[in-house]
Amino acid sequence: MNTQIRRVTTLTIVMFLALFGMVTVDQFVNAGALRANPHNARTYYASFNKDRGPLIVAGEAIASSVPVDDDYGYQRTYAEGPVYAPVTGFYSVLLGMTGMEWAADDVLQGTADSLFLTRIQDLVTGAQPQGGAVELTIDEAAQLAAWRGLGDQRGAVVALDTDTGEILAMVSTPSYDPSVLAGHDTAKVQQAYDALLAEAGNPLWNRAIAGNLYAPGSTFKLITAAAALESGEYTADSQLDAPTRLALPDSTAVLGNMGDSMCSGSGSMTMAQALAVSCNTAFASLGLELGDEAIRAQAERFGFAGPLSIPLPVTPSVFPEDVDRPQTAMAAIGQYDDRVTPLQMAMVVSAIAADGVLHTPHLVRTERGANLEVVATTPVETLAVPLSRSSAEQLADMMVQVVDNGSGGRAAIPGVRVGGKTGTAEKGDGQAPDNWFVAFGETEDRSVAVAVVVEDGGKAGMQGTGGAVAGPIAREVMEAVLDR
Amino acid sequence: MATVAPLAARSGRGGELGLLVLALATSVYAFAQVSLAMTGGLSSDFRRFAIVYPALAIIMHVLLRLRAAYADPVILPITVLLNGTGLAMIYRLALHYEQAEPRFAQIFSRQLVWTAVGVTAAVLVLGLLRDHRTLRRFTYTAMALGLAGLVLPLVPILGHEEGGSRIWIRLGTMSFQPAEVSKILLAVFFAGYLVTRAETLSLAGAKFAGLRLPRPRDLGPILAAWLASVAVLIFEKDLGTSLLFFGLFVAVLYIATNRPSWIVIGLVLFSAGVVVAARVFAHLQTRVATWLDPFTDYYGAGYQLSNGLFGLANGGLGGTGWGEGRPDLTSLAFSDFIVDSLGEELGLTGLFAILTCFVLLVQRGMRAAMGVRDGFGKLLASGLAFAMALQVFVVVGGVTRLIPLTGLTTPFLAAGGSSLVANWMIVALLLRVSDGARRPPPATSEIDLSGVIAAEADGGAA
Repeated sequence: MNTQIRRVTTLTIVMFLALFGMVTVDQFVNAGALRANPHNARTYYASFNKDRGPLIVAGEAIASSVPVDDDYGYQRTYAEGPVYAPVTGFYSVLLGMTGMEWAADDVLQGTADSLFLTRIQDLVTGAQPQGGAVELTIDEAAQLAAWRGLGDQRGAVVALDTDTGEILAMVSTPSYDPSVLAGHDTAKVQQAYDALLAEAGNPLWNRAIAGNLYAPGSTFKLITAAAALESGEYTADSQLDAPTRLALPDSTAVLGNMGDSMCSGSGSMTMAQALAVSCNTAFASLGLELGDEAIRAQAERFGFAGPLSIPLPVTPSVFPEDVDRPQTAMAAIGQYDDRVTPLQMAMVVSAIAADGVLHTPHLVRTERGANLEVVATTPVETLAVPLSRSSAEQLADMMVQVVDNGSGGRAAIPGVRVGGKTGTAEKGDGQAPDNWFVAFGETEDRSVAVAVVVEDGGKAGMQGTGGAVAGPIAREVMEAVLDR
Repeated sequence: MATVAPLAARSGRGGELGLLVLALATSVYAFAQVSLAMTGGLSSDFRRFAIVYPALAIIMHVLLRLRAAYADPVILPITVLLNGTGLAMIYRLALHYEQAEPRFAQIFSRQLVWTAVGVTAAVLVLGLLRDHRTLRRFTYTAMALGLAGLVLPLVPILGHEEGGSRIWIRLGTMSFQPAEVSKILLAVFFAGYLVTRAETLSLAGAKFAGLRLPRPRDLGPILAAWLASVAVLIFEKDLGTSLLFFGLFVAVLYIATNRPSWIVIGLVLFSAGVVVAARVFAHLQTRVATWLDPFTDYYGAGYQLSNGLFGLANGGLGGTGWGEGRPDLTSLAFSDFIVDSLGEELGLTGLFAILTCFVLLVQRGMRAAMGVRDGFGKLLASGLAFAMALQVFVVVGGVTRLIPLTGLTTPFLAAGGSSLVANWMIVALLLRVSDGARRPPPATSEIDLSGVIAAEADGGAA
């Protein structure tokens, strides 16, 4: 019988060899494919189970990962979540990533090229790989001032450092708490997300750079004025027709001024005066003289219609195509189909304040390794030069007039050169207008541009005007940046 | 090396003690790792294990010294290592379930108790059974009890279905898989029956395709065994148990008769049975479909196998380390899929080591079969060893996607009392047979002396 037993033993060895072979297939040969399988929860959990780096504002983490005892290992939490939500976005097990969490994911995860050397070091020293940190350009005081200024009004604020393009404030209200969406209880997160989607005012929109865009109202007159100055045929002192009522060409429509007021007793005024009182008829007739192509070209030099990544994707602002003459007149004063983001309007002001140079707006100041050592710094770059130095200086002076003698008096800050422009974008009969204020403020060592929009007149409702509702918010943000 | 010197025969107990210390050290080390990784310290469960488990192993060792001094010295240490490794993984999963799934939190405590029961069963077998040949007297009793064990789950009230297979009986809160014990009883029956019928069954019949077929009138026993296994397949819906019993029978039949034709007939019959059953029963078709592609029906039938495979891939070559993987993501990670759990945390290296342990265990059983003098002992030991090999092949092959998945337990590793007790009894029987194989005869008996020479000449090369 021993011969047969020996043969059966051989058979069992063959059976075991098959098992050894299959284990090798599963754990070695096919292991990569199995790990990459979209169903593989282990891979998914592992991607969340990382000491993800923080987002930093003023030396403090506004988004950070803390170890927890669950499937994911780490919980993402947000300090002052709603204040910074338009910047941070969220990092959610259920919903994926948005905002800077999305845009800087490779650095935060530690897989960015800039962290290559750090990874090599980790490999050599055997340290657990950690994500890198991202230091943002946000100025904490300016962000909080904007947040407090908007309060429970709907709207957005963007502030730029005109010399560098650093985004100092980016607030959008109503907001939401990203910590809730970053939760690990997916049922709860889904419920919270559904509630946010259903909530009036679309709290998930980032109104500062995306959302539904806004009609710019009279703030657009800055662009029309820039086009006029750049044409070489106008100066700040050029006389413009400023009738109380302007009959639009090729139509029966008649354009008036706010409250049907008179711009000038003589029926004409300088461009500077027209901007100071925000005279609709003067800028509409200027627009007609310039033509839609000149205005559109000027708008595009400021960044309209162009792609922009800060590195969050910014929705391009729009000056309408294929317009007839009455539409051109309306578009020249920011009505008709003009649509802008608050960031775009801040960029317009920034270029005017910085002698015509538009610096590329950006949110990231430095990328850092886990030990907070700087591995990359965002350089100051010129995005465009939308207008000449002399045009910019004239226009800036005109904006100062708006604050000193015109509709923007509430933005004045003692000891600071402040220029501004109000905007009150009509949305139709019976609807409260969106209120704008764009401004710059400069001292000897700092210069800031800010754009504020408050929807539906804010607290003032139908009575709301850009100067009264949005002006004070712009002032507070500038004061925060300039330390006044 | 046919020396006739009784003094040359060594009991091997000293070597066994050395290996045992190694196996215990590995098990306790594994436990400490689990405890440190999962709780951050050495838990009270660790201390409980570190005292109870070595004590159980030493009891077995001392008993062997007293009652089976010449038993194979490798079998016990390997068993202790396998059982200890299984306990460590079950403890690791129990710590996870404490929070996540409290209904499974007791699996470790239960398994430790069952280990004690298993060792006790082995002690009783070795203590009461002084000579394995005694079992031959119970050939037909074993058959009756073995078949009863197979049928028991079909009895209303007593039997119940779990995981699609009706192979369980429930007494109060305890459930038991009687088939595990039937495996031993039927191995005894096959050995006792075939050792007497071997000559008849090996008589040659017609020749077909170069193969000498048995006489048609001798087909009775294999047909009976086939019908029984098909009955298990149909009524208990358990392909694994069915395959195990039929495979055991055919292997012992072949060893007893030296007729390869029995293996061919067995394979043909079983394949036919499975093919027909697969046409009738949807769950068998599902098993095959899942085997071919576990990911298509990921959220349904493929979920468990897919996650088991993800676990193996996650382990890779070196494993995640004790307590560092996510075996809990696979359902039934502590029973059917414990090999995948071990593969995840110990890696390919660890699984190779575990499989090697089984290879050695099976090989030691076969060696005992070759060394023992009586035909009954040969058939019993080789049958039990083959059954263990087949069981490991079927279950590990199933969870690694070598073959379609069938419900069988992994000996010594998987959580489950009946399996643990039955496998400790098998180990006791193999130890007993190996003691018979290696024990030097009394120097005065000339007849036995010649037997030793014959045995050494025959089996010594193994």
